[in-house]
Amino acid sequence: MNAHHQSALAQKLLFLADDELILAHRNSEWTGHGPILEEDIAFTNIALDEMGHAATWHRLRQELTGEEVDTAVFFRDPAAYRNVQLVELPNSDWAFSMLRQYLFDVYELVHLAQLAASSYRPLAEAAAKIRIEEIYHLRHTAAWVTRLGLGTAESNQRMQAALDTHWPYAHQLFVEMPEDAVLAEMGTAVSPTSLLDEWQQITTAHLTQANLIIPTNHTPPTTDRADHTDHLTSLLAEMQSVARQYPTAVW
Amino acid sequence: MITTTHIWQALEEVKDPELPHVSVVEMGIVRDVQLEADRVHVKMTPTFSGCPALDVMRHDIAAKVRELGFTQVTVETVLHPPWTSDWIADSARDKLQQLGIAPPIRHGGNLIPIAFLDVATCPRCGSSNTILKNAFGPTLCKSLWYCHECQDGFEQFKAL
Repeated sequence: MNAHHQSALAQKLLFLADDELILAHRNSEWTGHGPILEEDIAFTNIALDEMGHAATWHRLRQELTGEEVDTAVFFRDPAAYRNVQLVELPNSDWAFSMLRQYLFDVYELVHLAQLAASSYRPLAEAAAKIRIEEIYHLRHTAAWVTRLGLGTAESNQRMQAALDTHWPYAHQLFVEMPEDAVLAEMGTAVSPTSLLDEWQQITTAHLTQANLIIPTNHTPPTTDRADHTDHLTSLLAEMQSVARQYPTAVW
Repeated sequence: MITTTHIWQALEEVKDPELPHVSVVEMGIVRDVQLEADRVHVKMTPTFSGCPALDVMRHDIAAKVRELGFTQVTVETVLHPPWTSDWIADSARDKLQQLGIAPPIRHGGNLIPIAFLDVATCPRCGSSNTILKNAFGPTLCKSLWYCHECQDGFEQFKAL
């Protein structure tokens, strides 16, 4: 692997890790605030899973860059984060978080199936491992999409509002970054753009069955993973505060 | 002269912190033990990637090998082949049952039908007149069930 290829791969691992980590953090904000006890437990578990997946991607990146996982997570400024804006949007109601997780779960399953065929073995192995765990996420969030979409007028209206907000943002997941193009050429990872059709087919079929209307706006507010909303700054300020205040702490 | 067999035996004493009495060997977490001169290399694999007990187990495995007198001990985390609940030994399944946790159903590599089947046998009374209350439980590896016969809840170790 030449230096150009290696640096593209390290950056791709950052995309994967940052999406999972920031979504995990947002979901963890529901801990103790879930609408019912079972869902409080379920969403906390899903957050913990995604955090574990972020750590898995970061460990692969560490093998390439040498940067410690905790350093990358707690001592990197918002401008250096490479997550999509979808995951950094602040929570509002339960429908908002559930629908976001559903859209992300479908993306992950479609994406991981392809990454599991990567020519870079550590990436393929991690994708295969994570994919198995994700089965439980999609089962859960897909059921809630149906339940809330077909529930009451209010639950349907809240899900529709969530879908209207998330749909364009979710499309950023499929924007090809320059690193994606390098990796696709080398057979290391598929371009996310190649996943869009399958993702749209799966989500459109399921959301439509849940009596939800697919928004016509498919244009994400940004196509650059370096662009963030101010919400990421406040999220990281909170997430990183303890580590930055006590940089030598061990736990 | 200590052999790898002794090291495997010692590792039987390292327990999963979230499942007291069940060892990391019975859980299928320890995949390989290599002994070369005075160096020991242990390969372990995570059950659920986000399991907070993994670091504790990694630490406990290294500490246990050091207790045998080895100073050069490395514990490597491997992801391939991915851990499956099918690797949980029969001895561990019995212990789970005694702890009131229904053991996972063996799926032989075909997880999806099992993950959606929603069948569990009550570890107390053996009834299958049970219902899934929550696919997520107190730890990543457990789901929550209710037994209509006992009229009480129980946990099941999730198939993976």
